[in-house]
Amino acid sequence: MISTITRIPVANYSNLKVRAGYSIKIDDKEIALFKLTNGEVYAIENRSPHPKGGVLTEGLVSGEYVFCPVYDWKISLTDGKVQAPDVGQVRTYQVEVDNDIVFIVI
Amino acid sequence: MKKLVMVGNGMAGVRTIEEILKISQDQFEITIFGQEPYPNYNRIKLSNILQGDTSFEDIIINPLDWYKENNIQLFTGEAAERIDVEGKMIFTDKGRAVEYDELIIATGSNSFILPIPGADKKGVTGFRDIKDCEMMIKSAGEYKKAVVIGGGLLGLEAARGLLNLGMVVDVVHLMPDLMERQLDSVASAMLKKELEAQGMNFLMEKQTVEILGDERVTGLRFKDGSEIEADLVVMAIGIKSNTGFAKNSGIYVNRGIVVNDYMETSAPNVYAAGECAEHREIVYGLVAPLYEQGKVLAGRICGVDVAPYEGSVTGTQLKVAGVDLFSAGEIFEDETTKAIKVHNEFDGIYKKILIRNNLIVGVVLYGDTKDSTKLYRMLTKKEDVSGMTSISILQTECDAGGSDDVASMPNDELICGCNGVTKGAIVDAIQAKGLTTLDQVSHCTNAGRSCGRCKPMVSQILALTLGDKFDAAAAAKISLCGCTHLSRDEVVAEIKAKGLTSVKEVMNVLEWNNEEGCTKCRPALNYYLGMIYMDTYKDDRDSRLVNEKMHANIQKDGKYSVVPRMYGGVTTAADLKKIAEVAEKYDVPLVKLTGGQRIGLFGVKKEDLPSMWEELDMPSGYAYGKTLRTVKTCVGAQFCRYGTQDSMALGIELEKKFERLDTPHKVKMGVSACPRNCSEAGIKDIGFVGIDGGWEIYVAGNGGVDLRPGELLCTVKNQAEVMEMTGAYLQYYRETANYLERTSKWIDRVGLKHVQEVLANEETRKALNSRMDQTLQKYIEPWNEAIQSEEIQDKYYAKHTIMVGSEGK
Repeated sequence: MISTITRIPVANYSNLKVRAGYSIKIDDKEIALFKLTNGEVYAIENRSPHPKGGVLTEGLVSGEYVFCPVYDWKISLTDGKVQAPDVGQVRTYQVEVDNDIVFIVI
Repeated sequence: MKKLVMVGNGMAGVRTIEEILKISQDQFEITIFGQEPYPNYNRIKLSNILQGDTSFEDIIINPLDWYKENNIQLFTGEAAERIDVEGKMIFTDKGRAVEYDELIIATGSNSFILPIPGADKKGVTGFRDIKDCEMMIKSAGEYKKAVVIGGGLLGLEAARGLLNLGMVVDVVHLMPDLMERQLDSVASAMLKKELEAQGMNFLMEKQTVEILGDERVTGLRFKDGSEIEADLVVMAIGIKSNTGFAKNSGIYVNRGIVVNDYMETSAPNVYAAGECAEHREIVYGLVAPLYEQGKVLAGRICGVDVAPYEGSVTGTQLKVAGVDLFSAGEIFEDETTKAIKVHNEFDGIYKKILIRNNLIVGVVLYGDTKDSTKLYRMLTKKEDVSGMTSISILQTECDAGGSDDVASMPNDELICGCNGVTKGAIVDAIQAKGLTTLDQVSHCTNAGRSCGRCKPMVSQILALTLGDKFDAAAAAKISLCGCTHLSRDEVVAEIKAKGLTSVKEVMNVLEWNNEEGCTKCRPALNYYLGMIYMDTYKDDRDSRLVNEKMHANIQKDGKYSVVPRMYGGVTTAADLKKIAEVAEKYDVPLVKLTGGQRIGLFGVKKEDLPSMWEELDMPSGYAYGKTLRTVKTCVGAQFCRYGTQDSMALGIELEKKFERLDTPHKVKMGVSACPRNCSEAGIKDIGFVGIDGGWEIYVAGNGGVDLRPGELLCTVKNQAEVMEMTGAYLQYYRETANYLERTSKWIDRVGLKHVQEVLANEETRKALNSRMDQTLQKYIEPWNEAIQSEEIQDKYYAKHTIMVGSEGK
């Protein structure tokens, strides 16, 4: 398989509010972007792996986790893993911050 | 990468793929063909769909995204037709040809349809897949009389479902006993009696020889010449392995596709598992053996060392139409067995244990199955029972002897049957995460979260694992959440004693182990602070969950709904016009009357919320909050000839006074002007019923998950007394309930009598009302606030969606 790597500018770092979720559409992918209290920025797929779904941008952020607003699953922003006792994983995307511009690498 | 192709997309096959992925993520390029147009679903739950307990979405095990995430190519609605065993290719009915290195056949089985005249008529079906289910549900809408052929598990479940759908149901069975493969005559007769009481009619020892009718079925004829009417016939007499395609390709097939102990068929690199496979002359139809096969097969295909599959002893735990049954091993006595039997006709319980040469060889339990785990273990592990009394064999571990039994329990023994949690999983969680309370174990493992029957055992495991460190009192305490060891009462006391004033301060000073809290403690702390510091606390909007934070209900697609306030369910032509105009202008997909007598606008985009609110110019109905929802009213004395009191006026006064108030959980009210109770005041948190000369106040009713009728709190003379009593009652609930505790649960905990005693004191009522009034002063209308504030709009309602086209293509 041939795959291309693309770096897409999506936001200004200084405009992002801490612990708020931003939804970003790239092609058919919907990505949720979060800036944490420690200043790190993470991007994950904007859909809870719960069978009935739910967007993650509206969830409560605590440390490096976001809680799915619809079913309250706790999801790690660093590796996308759903925390026990629930199971599942969401896709994570690499984020780079360069001169106040936030890029998502696809 | 090697190419792995699987034909069949059911429970056994997909479980095998999951096992393969657990061993290795990138060994295979996986392709799956499924004949049904769906992803993998839980076939066992089909009867729940039929019985109306669940929807199709709920029984999907692997959603389409799972296939995508694991890079599995899935072709649904496509069946494989032929294998070229030499060329390692398969061909499908859509003309596709696919190469494979390894091929798994997991085509399952079909309903066995009796080869009798008329079996192909309309209205005759098996009970096997979604399509059958849909057909049966549709028939129930148009026809009256159903006949189920087959008195086994599947047939009885189908019959129960058809009864639920309102059909008249006859069950026809060839044998003299129902479920004769799992139950003996005694248990079978008990089951039959119970099902007859539920409305099933049984025709035993009847052999169907013909299905009557022209195009559609009209009846059945039996071998003895008798006939019965039928509009729908469900055949549930067994399964037939789906093997045609393997057979045509030259693979050895007997009743099923014959496999060895590694699930290998007669053809190289071709495997079979599940209901299509025959292992040591047995075709298994229960899910546990199929999962065991999947595990062995996955190991074999990945080249990992696995123990061969040597067949399964099946223990069947069943719930048929509300009756608990368990059966394992042999069922019938013979001259070499000795039986222990208990038959308690009064409680409807029957237990039989068959013993041969000091070993348990068979178990049948009816009505009480809590010994099943232990007996099944004794059966499969071949434990010698010669030293045991028959009483100790029949007694469950927690009754019999406490933690010694827990200590001797193997790690793979199931502790929580509801959630499938083993002893090993609980011990691991306790050790890995340093858990010390029952509550924490439940949070981490799910054990004890459903029926709760296993909690004593979980507690024993906790004691055993922690040894000297175990503190029984501390273990039983329920902490606010996983972020703290403090309970609700301790947190509230600390807030008052230390004068803590913000969520952040509470978490810092009380040494939360997670400095930003979680979805359980943050909304709770925000509530307690607001309750304690009545009008001085500044609400922490970001500690509220999404609906309260946004002042709208989130929907599953991330859109919201808007429900304006309509005091007492009374509206005006002008307001209706405004709602109609806004709905039209914003293209609202659904306008619906809600259960609380008002109008909901559903499917609104987040960024449209503030401008919609501005155009509506109506207050928020708080349809989303832990607060007063609605006050439902009947028409009352103003117009109704039965009405004895002005219910609308009281409803409106109550709603205007208590709207926006934060409460531990949502609060609903209803006001009826007479005991006919058109506003359903008997199932509200607080309900008012007008009588001659006053009002009755009912409390702690609930019309939701835990249906509970309200109880009479008191009878008062006039509207002013209603307001005084209601204010005091609500405030007492606010001050003493746990966050997220509905009034119904709260009353059950503290006792109605206690609350009546507290409220009987006039001084206490006055003090409660004064704290209530002080609290009510702080609220402002949230929609109007959002319209006025650019900051709020920008922070909560701005559209952050950034559309980007990738340049990489």
